[in-house]
Amino acid sequence: MEIKTSYDAVVVGAGMSGMAAAIRLAMFDRKVLLIEKHSIPGGLNSFYRRANRNLDVGLHALTNAVPKGTRGAPLTKLLKQLRIPYEKLKLSPQTHSLIRFPEQTLSFTNDFNEFDDQIKSTFPEQVTGWSNFVEAIKSFDETNLQNEYQSAKEKTSEYISDPLLLEMIFSPLMIYGSAWEHDMDWSQFVIMFKSIYLEGLGRPEGGVRTIIKLLTDKLKELDVDLRYSCELLKVQSKDDVVTGVFIKDRKHGELEVKTNQVFSSIGLPETMGLATSNDRAHPAGSMSFTESIFFIKETPKDLGQNATLIFHNNRDRYLYQKPETLIDDQSAVICLPNNYHSDGEMDEGIARVTFMANNDLWTSLSEDEYKAKKEEVSLKAKKLLAQYFDQEPTITYEDTFTPKTVTRYTSHYAGAVYGSPDKTRDGTTKIKGLVITGTDQGFLGIVGAMLSGISMANYHGLQGGSQ
Amino acid sequence: MTATDVRTKVLDIIADIALDDDVSTIDDSVSLREQLDLDSMDFLDIVMELKKRHKVEVPQEDYPKLATMQSCVDYLSPKFQALA
Repeated sequence: MEIKTSYDAVVVGAGMSGMAAAIRLAMFDRKVLLIEKHSIPGGLNSFYRRANRNLDVGLHALTNAVPKGTRGAPLTKLLKQLRIPYEKLKLSPQTHSLIRFPEQTLSFTNDFNEFDDQIKSTFPEQVTGWSNFVEAIKSFDETNLQNEYQSAKEKTSEYISDPLLLEMIFSPLMIYGSAWEHDMDWSQFVIMFKSIYLEGLGRPEGGVRTIIKLLTDKLKELDVDLRYSCELLKVQSKDDVVTGVFIKDRKHGELEVKTNQVFSSIGLPETMGLATSNDRAHPAGSMSFTESIFFIKETPKDLGQNATLIFHNNRDRYLYQKPETLIDDQSAVICLPNNYHSDGEMDEGIARVTFMANNDLWTSLSEDEYKAKKEEVSLKAKKLLAQYFDQEPTITYEDTFTPKTVTRYTSHYAGAVYGSPDKTRDGTTKIKGLVITGTDQGFLGIVGAMLSGISMANYHGLQGGSQ
Repeated sequence: MTATDVRTKVLDIIADIALDDDVSTIDDSVSLREQLDLDSMDFLDIVMELKKRHKVEVPQEDYPKLATMQSCVDYLSPKFQALA
């Protein structure tokens, strides 16, 4: 493929939102160039291969995992917009997941009534508040692009007076999407509450690759010019209107491409850093993570664990923040992908353990220290797994990634997995024609990311919303 | 172009958008929204597909005229004919 000198739109980043945006634009005959800095697609939800094994990055679970034909659900909307039949996702629902605090454990499934009953019986004095809270969430329009930012904890406290219940409800929602420390924006909280508790969790057979393959097949079918190992150097503008981009790849070197529209999924501060001289208006996010992936001979079920996800917390309160140490080993997420209802294609047991991590400390380590500290993280992850398995797993292969890995492969400043605490809900920036999609537009999760790409492409690209 | 031809063209578009729905049982006099999982995003797609495939333009104030299959055929037939 040769890069042309002019396009209707340039999409930066072939992650979930960038690919979805490019598909929508190309479906209606826009000439689109999609560039990706890495050599493979996926962005924050990608994969790699080591020792003949497929390792997924991101995607513990596909949220919003409703059954086929569920009307008005985000997943249904997104599949229709991308013209992908439901069956192609090969979605398998979770068994159940645990929210584990020292004094209390809650479990949830894809049937919200079970969670609801359990909360009512575990926290009897909260029944009225909880019910009103759920009603308030159900009736809130979380995707309205004009919503004001509001503290989700303050809002929740209007209904729920028991801090333990509040902390327990918040913990999975924060660690699966919040760019804010300690709290969430109410709209984002409602997105997460609906997508995880009210709709549910699932896994496409084959993991994240299945989704990426569906998207890249569409891109091919629609003749999108997709260029890997191709980097955005600068967004060109004149009088605050986009005129083009400078990009760079190995084959062509530096290249100028003319366009009036740029959809950037690389983050708000990251984008503005390449669009204006000296833009420091938006801070980088502080939430980053390590993840250790273990391949084991047994299945988690053989080892006595049936839960799909375990949100582990060892404190009375749940501390969602950048830790002051390399990692915070007092809380974690354990993902056991074999424990989705169908694990047909998996011939080994897999356990993934995620800790919150401090990017600054990880980047300041020397190469030798870095290796040693990665070992330590892996040991801590194994120790934690031992608490949830009733016998020692036989580990055949393992790997750990850190905030440094995230920065390297996604170009997100500071390895910030959920982007900047600043979001631009309608996607606009101070430069006309420069639109933000993905995590810094503010929809969350894989489904949210794709919907973000779709909505921004529809609104700004197909309907001319910002013009 | 006959009314049946117009209906087929509209049905093809709807079938491609509501790809998990059965469009063979559509009742022409009942609102499409009631029978299929179509929201405002999907109606915009119907409008964009009409333009893309058949160069038929539907201005925003006329969107309500696409409410049922019958109203689609009634409203779009003269437009298709004008292009023929």
